[in-house]
Amino acid sequence: MAATTDTGADFRTRLQTWLPKLVLSPSLAIMLVFVYGFIAFTIYLSFTDSRMLPSFGWVGWENYDRLFRIREWNVALTNLAIFASLYIVISTAIGLSLAIFLDQKIRGEGVLRPIFLYPMALSFIVTGTAWKWFLDPAIGLENTMHLWGWESFTFGWIKDREMAIYTVVIAAVWQSSGFVMAMFLAGLRGIDNEILKAAQIDGASNWNLYRRIILPQLRPAFLSAFVILSHLAIKSYDLVIALTGGGPGNATALPATFMYSYTFTRNQMGIGASSAVIMLMTIAAIMVPYLYAELKEKK
Amino acid sequence: MTMMKKLHMTAAVVALSTTAVAAQEVEVLHWWTSGGEAAAVGTLRDTLASGGVGWLDMPVAGGGGSDAMTVLRARVTAGDPPTAVQMLGFSIQDWAAEGALANLDALAAEQGWADVVPAALQRFSTYDGSWVAAPVNVHSTNWVWANTALMAELGISQPTTWEEFVAAMEAAEAAGHIALAHGGQAWQDATIFDSMVMGVGGPEFYQAAMVDLDPEALGSDTMVEVFNRMATLRGFVDDNFSGRDWNLATAMVINGDALFQIMGDWAKGEFVNAGLTAGNEFTCFRVPGTEGTVTFNSDQFAMFNVTDPEAQAAQLAMASAVMSPEFQVAFNLVKGSVPARTDIPSDQFDMCGQMGMAQLAEAAAAGTLFGSMAHGHANPPSVQNAMYDVITAHFNGEYDAATAAAELVTAVEIAQ
Amino acid sequence: MAVASPETAIRTSRITRAFIYLFLLLFALFYLLPFGIMLINSVKPLSEITGGNMIALPRDWTIQPWLSAWSTAQIGVEPTGLRPYFINSLMMAIPAVILSTVVGALNGYVLTKWRFRGDTIIFGLLLFSCFIPFQIVLIPMARILGILQIAGTTPGLILVHFVYGIGFTTLYFRNYYAAFPTELVRAAQIDGAGFFQIFWRIMLPSSGPIIAVSFIWQFTNIWNDFLFGASFASGDAAPMTVALNNLVNSSTGVREYNVHFAGAIMAAAPTLLVYIVAGRYFVRGLMAGSVKG
Repeated sequence: MAATTDTGADFRTRLQTWLPKLVLSPSLAIMLVFVYGFIAFTIYLSFTDSRMLPSFGWVGWENYDRLFRIREWNVALTNLAIFASLYIVISTAIGLSLAIFLDQKIRGEGVLRPIFLYPMALSFIVTGTAWKWFLDPAIGLENTMHLWGWESFTFGWIKDREMAIYTVVIAAVWQSSGFVMAMFLAGLRGIDNEILKAAQIDGASNWNLYRRIILPQLRPAFLSAFVILSHLAIKSYDLVIALTGGGPGNATALPATFMYSYTFTRNQMGIGASSAVIMLMTIAAIMVPYLYAELKEKK
Repeated sequence: MTMMKKLHMTAAVVALSTTAVAAQEVEVLHWWTSGGEAAAVGTLRDTLASGGVGWLDMPVAGGGGSDAMTVLRARVTAGDPPTAVQMLGFSIQDWAAEGALANLDALAAEQGWADVVPAALQRFSTYDGSWVAAPVNVHSTNWVWANTALMAELGISQPTTWEEFVAAMEAAEAAGHIALAHGGQAWQDATIFDSMVMGVGGPEFYQAAMVDLDPEALGSDTMVEVFNRMATLRGFVDDNFSGRDWNLATAMVINGDALFQIMGDWAKGEFVNAGLTAGNEFTCFRVPGTEGTVTFNSDQFAMFNVTDPEAQAAQLAMASAVMSPEFQVAFNLVKGSVPARTDIPSDQFDMCGQMGMAQLAEAAAAGTLFGSMAHGHANPPSVQNAMYDVITAHFNGEYDAATAAAELVTAVEIAQ
Repeated sequence: MAVASPETAIRTSRITRAFIYLFLLLFALFYLLPFGIMLINSVKPLSEITGGNMIALPRDWTIQPWLSAWSTAQIGVEPTGLRPYFINSLMMAIPAVILSTVVGALNGYVLTKWRFRGDTIIFGLLLFSCFIPFQIVLIPMARILGILQIAGTTPGLILVHFVYGIGFTTLYFRNYYAAFPTELVRAAQIDGAGFFQIFWRIMLPSSGPIIAVSFIWQFTNIWNDFLFGASFASGDAAPMTVALNNLVNSSTGVREYNVHFAGAIMAAAPTLLVYIVAGRYFVRGLMAGSVKG
């Protein structure tokens, strides 16, 4: 090893120390250009008069000023708040319940698990129409219930301005709660059974067992679920387009649909860019503290 | 077979990546992706093929062409624009302003386009006095489509005033039918809004509010009345309208579930496909109050700047084929619209087609031919969509008429 | 990590168990419903769909919609069906998945076993890329693809998916390798094994579960992507989702819902297959990797 006289070996040792950084550097370079470069470009665009294509006339804060005067943007932000909080809470609750139940030596787990997971494999371009049908009162669930004789049954949320956003929540929960289940299940399977047995011998009830011992140990799974769900919520686009097209009216617009519409349909790229910057800042506000805590802990 | 496909694909990839586009080939971006429309575009491809010009198809459906426009932006930014792009109204002007479009003046002069295309269309096909696009068709949007059997059953004759129109719909509703078939999508709400603006305020008001975007017109009492009529129409639409596609609404008229639909002339294709004929099982008439005027939109092929001489030749061949009377007839018979050229005999068209062609020529002569706001021919996309927001919010009950008019002023101001 | 037995030691009563089974079955029904609707309606003649109950079983079974969607449906001006686009998607997804997985594995290996000053910051930078809304990258990306002369081609799409997959794959592999005993690596180093030798001989053989996770995640995302596919690949190079969208979004004419559903199921088939075949590694991989704090 310590063959410093041999220049070949010296070169090799030095290469070995440099190699890890060398391997990592292309990824870093790619990220700097394709992620951070593009983000910087978007931030710059948000201060310009860009309309159909990027242009570079500086307009200061005007786009932001306009953005917050647009009623639909406020609707989109309110919707995101409703959607994200319900989506995260419900998906987590369902995911956790399914995981706990599946963890009880269930017969047929091998069949049930892929059924719970598969929606994550499908895009809403594929399932959007089916969902739209199912939720449509004229041909979907409501109609079916009527045909089966339950005449008073009504389920017309998707047509109702006040309720439509909740149908988006239903479809979104359908898609990702199985994935959350998988994360919690993985967490549960990682818990040491000896602790549980000891607690049981001490006479702890099942309820207390979960509340005091198991759930606290699932903290990392909760965090991962929260991060994945919140980024899915903020990026939600296909879902809304496929299900409601943003309607009735603009009742189900979300920031991502707003941004796409302003940037690409309405030729107001400057405003679109400023809404993207707000979205990015929201994501950063959630992610940076998480990453900081997560990475610091590891040291 | 698969091998051939692969070879073909690799060839295309190579051709594109070296930017040396294959000799005499047009790449066409469009959103006519299925059914009769796609077949109609197919006739254009065949025409070009017989002249030795290849066709590289680039369909992008969705969002009434907005997805295609996104793709176009990516292609132009990449420095690799398609040869020709299906485009509507103000988009053509925007791209021309970016200097992205080719100059077709020589061909246009040779074939005398200026004499046969109405001035209102030329406003979109030319930029700075130069031809940049070849118009394919004219759709007019202020039509009512009606089920004649239902009209007879209810004892309704064709309404000619707003009051008669309302009375007819009341009669239908009283008899347990849906009076107005409508789909709750922003562009559909806006389509009927166009007709209400024209019907209440007349051509001058339409010009002032929809084209000149005069805040006084937008916030006027006339506009409040327009929104009142929109609310009246909303009362005649069934409760399950939200998000419904326009063709499903048309199907309601076809099946006799609904009496009327206010929709552009593409709706005719649905009736024809269902085996119905104009004048017999269904009929068409102008939205009461808008007679003598036509609001239109026009599909055009905008021609992009290509540098390769072979590609330029192919592009001109395509423009020439699009403007040929044969293609204009063949395409529009399928599409339900009328030719962009006014010198084409109308005998192959059905009753509604003939009416449409005659009225288009009259309106063009009388100066009452206006671009449709709902279809991007009255104002730029930013304003158009800002209007959509207000119209659709009002139609879904978020605003009363007075608030809607006030919101319209604000929304248009922010969008400009 | 202590090797825990696969199931908990919790005991439950008979009534509780009945309730649990009921709950699980109800949710299974909920998850299966949309796909069931698609499947049922893809084997019905169109007349039964437009005139009837969408949840009812077909009176006349037919596979015509499937044949049509696969090989004769009109996509643009060509009546080719979805077949050629299916192949495009495979040619795009497979290289992109492999590339991003390999790079993610190497990154994860460096970030856990060859740590250096500032490595966590670099990891943070990589990770944040998972969270940018893809709409903002369209225009600048198009410019770069144009400069590289791969705009509108499958290689261009592979690059895009590779770039935006690195963050996820790095995250998965880093968390997985963090639990891998570093002593083994040090021991191998002392024995004279080099950087790549250690990776190849020691890390990779035990990476099965996390490779499955990375593969499933990447394949699903790339296969299902519509935005990049529509923007950066055109005409003959278009992936399956773009073709499906063209099939489903007819602007005029009769909507052949049965053909649309058959096409949609075809478009979903590879990802479904991946979930079913590799699905059981998924939980195992997550267990060892990404949920650990």
